[in-house]
Amino acid sequence: MDPKSALDLLSIDHLLSDEERDIRDTVRKVVDDKVRPYVADWYEKGDLPARELAREFGKLGLLGMHLEGYGCAGTSATAYGLACMELEAGDSGLRSLVSVQGSLAMFAIWKFGSEEQKQQWLPGMASGEFIGCFGLTEADYGSNPSGMITHAKRDGKDWVLNGSKMWITNGPIADVAVVWAQTEDGIRGFVVPTKTKGFQANIIHKKLSLRASITGELVFTDLRLPEDAVLPGVVGLKGPMSSLNEARFGILYGTVGAARDCLEVATDYALSRIQFDRPIAAFQLTQEKLANMALEVQKGFLLAMHLGRLKDEEKLHPDQISLGKLNNVRMALEVARMSRTILAANGVTLEYPIMRHANNLESVLTYEGTSEIHLLTIGRALTGIQAFK
Amino acid sequence: MADGQVIGNIRHIYVGVRQESLVKFLVCVKQVPDSWAEKKLGADARLDRAGVDAVLNDLDEYAIEEALRICENSGGNGEGGEHSITLLSMGPDRATEAIRKGLSMGADNAILISDEALSGSDALATSLVLAKAIEASGAHIVLCGTESTDARMSVVPAMLAERLGWPQLTFAGELKIDAAANKVTIKRMTDEGIEEMEASLPCVVSVIEKINEPRYPSFKGIMAAKKKTIETRSLADVGVSGDQVGSASSWSAVVDSALRPPRSAGIKVVDEGNGGNELVSFLADKKIV
Repeated sequence: MDPKSALDLLSIDHLLSDEERDIRDTVRKVVDDKVRPYVADWYEKGDLPARELAREFGKLGLLGMHLEGYGCAGTSATAYGLACMELEAGDSGLRSLVSVQGSLAMFAIWKFGSEEQKQQWLPGMASGEFIGCFGLTEADYGSNPSGMITHAKRDGKDWVLNGSKMWITNGPIADVAVVWAQTEDGIRGFVVPTKTKGFQANIIHKKLSLRASITGELVFTDLRLPEDAVLPGVVGLKGPMSSLNEARFGILYGTVGAARDCLEVATDYALSRIQFDRPIAAFQLTQEKLANMALEVQKGFLLAMHLGRLKDEEKLHPDQISLGKLNNVRMALEVARMSRTILAANGVTLEYPIMRHANNLESVLTYEGTSEIHLLTIGRALTGIQAFK
Repeated sequence: MADGQVIGNIRHIYVGVRQESLVKFLVCVKQVPDSWAEKKLGADARLDRAGVDAVLNDLDEYAIEEALRICENSGGNGEGGEHSITLLSMGPDRATEAIRKGLSMGADNAILISDEALSGSDALATSLVLAKAIEASGAHIVLCGTESTDARMSVVPAMLAERLGWPQLTFAGELKIDAAANKVTIKRMTDEGIEEMEASLPCVVSVIEKINEPRYPSFKGIMAAKKKTIETRSLADVGVSGDQVGSASSWSAVVDSALRPPRSAGIKVVDEGNGGNELVSFLADKKIV
């Protein structure tokens, strides 16, 4: 009997429409051609040709792909999820680039921006000409963003922004930053061209995770913005939180891709690695590992598909996104670690993607809502009691 | 002769200057088993297509891309565009999957000739059917890849030209169309140098992989492809009778086939001062030097 692919044991492909499959296959091909041959080097150097990639992704329609109008492709949410899955099978850093551009920066402008802001920024961001970042987290305010120190004060008609943001993906290369700040009315979002005087971005070095992704600190010093720089459509944390829900949705699909890649590599390796005169895939302990991993990857994919369909029907609740993100990142991390044991020493090198995925997933477990906060969100959904503040 | 020099210039006699600049492109495409997959022959000595992913023949993508680029540089295709690009394929009903990729890249519509009687047709029979459909289509130029990655015959473009009585410009590494002047020019790279050839419309052109880099279908293209028409025609629709095609009427037949022998272990040469001689005698044995 021919071995059945661990990657589609449940024939989940049958749940996809032709269009979704075509989009998925296209992203997979682009990742195979433009990412896989180079990503280990990017990772080792701790750099990413982000502009080049953004333009390539823009041509496809990947950036802000599930948004309507303004040069965006307007696909289903499920198709967006599947694209994230293929990107993250390449590297979580690539998916981060696209998540931050499309789901955080573009989504915030698309959802809460004025018509002028949308016209000014969205077409260029969709094509990859402009890169965006999203400033919410601060050094001392991660899970508790409502305490943020960054603030914007009125000075005549202008706004004057002071403060700093930390762990900002794409920050040092961005053309535009969506920055959330305290104002007299509550937390507001600002569209900040990064060329504005008073804007500074510092690259964060010495990361051991998401090395194929550019992360920075943003510093605002008496940064003066015109009256119309504020996002008119939202006041309060609801603004950044709804953007984060978009990005988390991408992650709950993306991490299935990272896990799938690990499993694929581990399966191939187990079949070709000979010990005691037989492939290690012939040993029961290896088969147990492969079977357990296949099981988890398939379940994670089904969970993602279910949430994708709910999102396309506009019935997806943030608590459900928490559940999906929590489960699939945890699952992917476990699969990466388990795969590493199959590859043994080879697993720790950049010759194989396993350790790179595992290290990336440590960040993914924390960013866009820590696993702890997602657990407590589920706890709150079950009990009605909020345990995290 | 040095590489890159023009060594030949073959001219056809022009039929006259065309009054219009509109060009109707017809690109021949084929669904093939994934070029990278292990291929197996069935009991009938024909390729087992069931167990392998079916894809658009890689080499046809270059022909589609070239048509798209020419259109984009001179008035566009599709709605509001000056030109049109139609894909033409012969194959089973599921060939629409491969055709859809071409439509996603930007072609306007497609014709699929699908008929039980076609099963087992060789290149000669295939060219008969395609030529009939081309005649009826009103196409000005037929673009093909150099070959399909499954059968690798490389003869269909020439056969089409012969059947249609049109000039053929094959193995083009560069293609220019001046529709108003009724002139098609190609450059063909050969071992001796570059041949430049001209023909009038209508004509058949086959393109090589060096001509361009095919685009990935964009998401907008993928979504738009759903609304494009794939017209399915039977043999009767194109005016060919069943006894002219199929394995029984084909001029070529598979007499025998054998599996590729398994790879044998290579020869290890340990260099003990005589490595150079060993390598040369190895190459000489294989008649490589």
